[in-house]
Amino acid sequence: MIGELGGIPLSGFLAVSAILFTMGALGVLIRRNAIIIFMSVELMLNAANLAFVAFARSYNVLSGQLFVFFVMTVSAAEVAVGLALIVAIFRSKHSIDVDQMSSLKG
Amino acid sequence: METLFSLVPLIVFLPVLGLLINITFGGKMSEKAIGVVASTASGLAFVVSVLLGVALWSSGGAAHSLPFADWISISTLSIPWTFRVDTLSVTMMLVVSGVGTLIHIYAIGYMHEDVRFKHDEGRYRRFFVFMNLFIAMMMILVSGDSYLMLFVGWEGVGLCSFLLIGFWYEMDTLGRPSWANSNAAKKAMIANRIGDFGFLLAAFTMFWAFGSLQFNDVFMKASQIAAATPGVILLITLFLLIGVAGKSAQIPLYVWLPDAMAGPTPVSALIHAATMVTAGVYLVARSWPLYSLVPDAQYVVALVGAVTALFAATIAAGQYDIKKVLAYSTISQLGFMVAAVGMGAYVAGMFHLITHAFFKALLFLSAGSVILGMERGHHHLPHQEGSNEEVFDPGDMRNMGGLRKQMPVTFWLYLTGALALAGIFPLAGFWSKDEILLDAAKNYPVVFVLLILAAILTAFYMGRQIWMVFFGPPRHVAAGHAQESPRVMTVPLMVLAALAILGGALNFPGLNSLTTWLGYTIQPIVHEAEVAPWLAISWGGFNPLLAFLVLLLALIAIYISWLIYGRNPLEAGQKDPLKQPLGFIFTGMENKWFVDEFYAAIILKPYGAISRFLADVIDGRFWHDWFHEKVIAGTYNFVSKTVLDLRVDQQFIDAIANGLGNLTRGASARLRRLQNGFVRSYALAVLLGVVIILGYLLLK
Repeated sequence: MIGELGGIPLSGFLAVSAILFTMGALGVLIRRNAIIIFMSVELMLNAANLAFVAFARSYNVLSGQLFVFFVMTVSAAEVAVGLALIVAIFRSKHSIDVDQMSSLKG
Repeated sequence: METLFSLVPLIVFLPVLGLLINITFGGKMSEKAIGVVASTASGLAFVVSVLLGVALWSSGGAAHSLPFADWISISTLSIPWTFRVDTLSVTMMLVVSGVGTLIHIYAIGYMHEDVRFKHDEGRYRRFFVFMNLFIAMMMILVSGDSYLMLFVGWEGVGLCSFLLIGFWYEMDTLGRPSWANSNAAKKAMIANRIGDFGFLLAAFTMFWAFGSLQFNDVFMKASQIAAATPGVILLITLFLLIGVAGKSAQIPLYVWLPDAMAGPTPVSALIHAATMVTAGVYLVARSWPLYSLVPDAQYVVALVGAVTALFAATIAAGQYDIKKVLAYSTISQLGFMVAAVGMGAYVAGMFHLITHAFFKALLFLSAGSVILGMERGHHHLPHQEGSNEEVFDPGDMRNMGGLRKQMPVTFWLYLTGALALAGIFPLAGFWSKDEILLDAAKNYPVVFVLLILAAILTAFYMGRQIWMVFFGPPRHVAAGHAQESPRVMTVPLMVLAALAILGGALNFPGLNSLTTWLGYTIQPIVHEAEVAPWLAISWGGFNPLLAFLVLLLALIAIYISWLIYGRNPLEAGQKDPLKQPLGFIFTGMENKWFVDEFYAAIILKPYGAISRFLADVIDGRFWHDWFHEKVIAGTYNFVSKTVLDLRVDQQFIDAIANGLGNLTRGASARLRRLQNGFVRSYALAVLLGVVIILGYLLLK
């Protein structure tokens, strides 16, 4: 029933994925540098990818693998837009500290 | 002949046509044309009246009612405008239009000068419009077939009287700027209102008791009602007496008539001597079926008339104004007529009404001629003597004297009228007054004594007037320069003088044509009591002994007046020779017994005080200051300001609206802090949200 995972149980993959996701989330919340935040976002995406792939392998369905490709495509696009934003912000503020970008304060 | 009766509306509408022509085209017409139109309108009404008389005579004198128009029609109340042609109404029509026409003609000449002396020629036309209106209204009065139509005319002539007394409303009788004339007009109006109040009460009572105001209905049911409820008829007749006292100037409402002399002299002659003031006499004669049922009311009427006759005669003897003497004489003579109709001597009353119309109109118009003659004389003076500033009273007999040489025609005319009034044989007044006195002597001794005394005084004051005006030396230069009046004025006077001489033939003893004529309409119930043997002597309703006695008394009175005023004529500025011997009595006569002052003290003053009290205290302080300002406005202000504005609007409705606004604003002020602009805090919120939702889903 359950696909071959090289002898490592599914929970192991999921634990790694959870740890990675948590690290990414904490990075997003804690760090101020926009680049680092980006990297943390990538970390969370890849944690999700890992969980997808592990489930796909475990249940022998391809849709999980398929989703990973979509996520990678969307994250590539996101990085392109996000980096462009960061460059634009840097040009105007000479900083990429996200705490300085609070013009939308109510 | 029957078709002639359908002409009857013309007696009203011919004068109306005349006044419409003068109103519409009078502005472009000459004075003469205006006068001719007005006189013709009145004259044609006279012709129609004559035709009606002929038709009536040839049809046996039976009363005719001619429906003309519907007037009031409300459920059971139906009052049509119906003309009544009977011997009584036709007699009145003939007097009104006949004497009226002569006075119209006279007025053509009189007003021509009057408007020039008073410097307002535009008023000439207005005068004739009013005069024609008066004739029309008087015709409505005498031809109406119900008490209400009679009342329409009654009010209409009252209006004309008011308009014409106040004709020169912005001046007094001497032409000085003043409200005297308009006050006289108002006085007449108000005194007549009191009388009209009595008339209306009578009409209401009549409608309540009879259910109708038509003469025929009322008279048919009168004896029935009198048997069932005798008090009602008494009430109606006494209420009518109040109306009579107002219109015919009887005590206590006579005070307006002397003041009414403020009107131009033709008005005094037409309205305030010959026609309108006799309406009360006509009313009693017309209501004879009612009065004949209540001897008490008859006695009251007779007594009021007799007392008025004597009372007014005493005042007339103490007056200096030529027209005032005639005015009080008119009141006195009206007293004779009212006494006559009150005694049930309706024919004698109507007879005296007719002859009085002739000789009193003659006297007034001659007096007008005298006054104008004096004005003309005065008008010549300023150029000679420069006495322009002097206030000259052309009607004051103390200014006159010796006018028989300056104005011979007027003198003879005036003398005719005066002798007719004094009751000298064989002039008209002799016959008619004698009939009244005979009726009084037979049944009412008190009335008889009063009337005899009044008759003696009548002869005396007319003698006094003749001596003062026409004899002796002129007491003022104007009298010395007085000029005779033109033919247009004297010719109508000659006609009236002829009537004043021959008027007695109307009811000449033995022929009794007026008694027969009016007998078709009036059947007086004669109270033939036991009478003294000398009174029983009769020659066709005429008692030679009594007549001789009255004539003798009148002649003696005239002789006394000659002793006092004729033998030693007054000098200019001299006091009346009666003032010394009579003392305070003459002061009373001179000052009209202070009746006006008495009325002022007991009626006008309290009335003014009550009016002021009502205005200041009741209306001003109570209603306005307290009730309106404090109660109504205060309550309104309290309710609107305190209750509605403060409590309801501000503290409740506004509070809700403001509360919602404040809540929104406060909430948003707090919520905005969440929008701190830090991306990471948003991210934390998202994360926490996801954790909570997921936690909820997992733990569910």
